[in-house]
Amino acid sequence: MLELAAHILDIAENSIRAGAKIVEIEIDENDAKDLLCVKINDNGSGMTKEEMEKIHDPFYTTKKVRRVGLGIPLLNDAAQRAGGKLIIKSEKGLGTSVEATFQLSHLDRQPMGNITTTLLALVAGNSSIDFLYKHRHNDRQFIFDTRQIRKEIDDLPINHPEILKYIRGVISEGLQDIASLA
Amino acid sequence: MAKLTIDDLKKIKEKVHREMSLRDGDRRVKVTVHMGTCGIASGAKEVMDALLQEIETAGANDVIVTTSGCMGLCSREPLVTVEILNQEPIKYEYMNPNKMRQVFKRHILAGEIQTPFVLARGAEVTR
Repeated sequence: MLELAAHILDIAENSIRAGAKIVEIEIDENDAKDLLCVKINDNGSGMTKEEMEKIHDPFYTTKKVRRVGLGIPLLNDAAQRAGGKLIIKSEKGLGTSVEATFQLSHLDRQPMGNITTTLLALVAGNSSIDFLYKHRHNDRQFIFDTRQIRKEIDDLPINHPEILKYIRGVISEGLQDIASLA
Repeated sequence: MAKLTIDDLKKIKEKVHREMSLRDGDRRVKVTVHMGTCGIASGAKEVMDALLQEIETAGANDVIVTTSGCMGLCSREPLVTVEILNQEPIKYEYMNPNKMRQVFKRHILAGEIQTPFVLARGAEVTR
């Protein structure tokens, strides 16, 4: 994976597969601390202690169609290469939180990439799941919440082309407003 | 450009409601973009975005888009399955935004299967 937005999409897809009803994505860019923090929380099925022990093993997966599970190892590698680390917390039945930290100015830190297309892919492909996106850049913050949109559109599906077009506009404007540099 | 607000969303809702009463909102086509780690790493996100933009531009409200996980054919990702109502599903391999736009215009809208990109016919099984 070449950009953090792709990792975020991948981890969020894990949350969806774990039966999450709401997926929270938090990004925090802090210039003073030279720190970039990416966090994905879900209320999915969570993992047992035994599953957690194997999570960094690229040859462990819960799927049966193939024998590798590279999502977590790839993100772990991306974080470690950029002077950061990956912290995973999970409780069976409650949900999982995946947090990756990066040194913001590190030469080997992957670029954020296109976060708008990540969020659109999630919303368009999973219309029954809610997403909360919080992006902080120093003292500025952008929040996008599909529950807020759902409240306004009543019976219209959230993945209707016109609504997705609106969402695309809102997210790109929001990211411009907080002058995200990552 | 004026900023998008919640009021804009209300206007969009009213507009869509007006149009919906004019034509029946039947779902004619279902497109599945495979979003496993393998798919995402080989560009499924960009393929998905190209598809969504084509749908927006064409106003194709009868096309629904969904995502699925890995089906074990990681080396042929990005994979896209096109299911037109009452027709056999067609699975396309090694997709990219340009191929996606071609499949949208020629297959989804005009009904011509784009044979050079086809991997297989029939539905997949994801476990």
